[in-house]
Amino acid sequence: MTSLIQAKDLCVTRHNKTILENVFIDVKKKDFITIIGPNGAGKSVFLECLMGSFIPDSGNVKRKDNLSVGYIPQNFSPESSMPISVERFLTLKKKFTPQELLNISKETNISKILDKNLANLSGGELQKVLLARSLLNNPELLILDEPAQNLDIKNQLNFYNLLNKIYKIRDISILMVSHDLHMVMSSTRKVVCLYHHVCCSGEPQTVAKDPEFISLFGDDMAKMMSVYQHTHNHSHQEILND
Amino acid sequence: MIEPFIIRAIIAGVGIAIIAGAIGCFVVWRKMAYFGDSLAHSALLGVALGLVMGISTNLGTVIICSIFASVLIWLQQKKILATDTLLGILAHSALSVGMVTLSLLEQSVDLHSYLFGDILAVNSAEIYFILFGGFFVLIFLYFNWSSFVLMTIDEKLAKAEGINIVLYQLLIMLLMTIVVAVSFKIVGLLLITSLLIIPAAAARQLAKSPEKMAIISSLLAVLSVAIGIFSSLYLDTPSGPSIVVVSTIIFITISIFSFLTNKNN
Repeated sequence: MTSLIQAKDLCVTRHNKTILENVFIDVKKKDFITIIGPNGAGKSVFLECLMGSFIPDSGNVKRKDNLSVGYIPQNFSPESSMPISVERFLTLKKKFTPQELLNISKETNISKILDKNLANLSGGELQKVLLARSLLNNPELLILDEPAQNLDIKNQLNFYNLLNKIYKIRDISILMVSHDLHMVMSSTRKVVCLYHHVCCSGEPQTVAKDPEFISLFGDDMAKMMSVYQHTHNHSHQEILND
Repeated sequence: MIEPFIIRAIIAGVGIAIIAGAIGCFVVWRKMAYFGDSLAHSALLGVALGLVMGISTNLGTVIICSIFASVLIWLQQKKILATDTLLGILAHSALSVGMVTLSLLEQSVDLHSYLFGDILAVNSAEIYFILFGGFFVLIFLYFNWSSFVLMTIDEKLAKAEGINIVLYQLLIMLLMTIVVAVSFKIVGLLLITSLLIIPAAAARQLAKSPEKMAIISSLLAVLSVAIGIFSSLYLDTPSGPSIVVVSTIIFITISIFSFLTNKNN
């Protein structure tokens, strides 16, 4: 199968601290990969390297020719000091026909909020708008950096359902950073565990049972994992508060 | 019969108002009011430099303000002190060094007119400086508008879409430097920030898009400057404060108006 992005031996050091060490990934057509790891593990820097907006100290990133990428950033919260409608935000520096805008608005359920002020949207609405914007260039690959971070559990579910729907309908690959282990682990996608280096990767259930996984990720992750493993009889509160 | 100096003041004032109104929106959006204020304080050192070296005080201001912005960005990268601390140190030391230098000069300097503005101080050469500087700023904003707006909404998103963030940050600072350099003669160093933020803040309440906010902001600034200059002439008040008083009245009027109409909805 064709690779969309192939990265090898990525190394990044800043202020004498290792951020990435020999990190690798191979994103193929129709892949759905989730990168997990504790805070400060270098996940965002890794994504930036893959997109080409950050140059690693060493290693190489091979992108398929003319690869179109859609991106959803972390912690998106527009200021209310700028008046801007959802529709104007979508069209900023993007080229598309009115028909495309109509289709994508329907696909992401934002047709009704196109005239709203961007700063007045709820967290769930904002993520849908970002998703719509990232889909406007008809990307082959969608890169999401903790897309459901600030959402409550209901909106998280809605967002991941929408993402799954888009993944099924479109000919698209998805690469996502997420802390939502209960969402990630309950599906059968590929998981990459990153803590400055790639600790392990594979099917979620295999990775979850790997004893090395817990020892590699330290207390934080082990705690989160144990919560995950007991999700059937415990609440999700601990994860949400993390 | 209108005196030539009044015509000069009006042309200069309108030119300044148009660019200050537009750039002022970015000052409001990007929370750069304190930066603008500090930049204006450091401009007094630029005046001193201009007088000592025998070059135009506008050019001296552009040089000093550019150095100021570069030093600030360099110190910010070090991440040892918070930005407002750095701004406070840089602004007041530059202001003080400027004051000391000016007082050591043999020629007498009307400090009051630099701090609060004096429409009589505008000469023909400065008109060209203002028009040229203003034209440059507007053309530049026009062609990079979407990139500036996108970067202001979210830097990570803009970066991922191929916009050079550091370059554009430098450019916004450079544009502000030009605004300070062209407007301090009329508005006064201490009051430049208000010409940047008050019209923009008033326009925010009327506008539904970033473009409209910039246009309305420029129009309100022109109105403030025009009325301010005439009242300065007829009441013999300093021009800078007169302009700011007018813009504040406009701001309050629009705020009340928008409060009442929103309530009725």
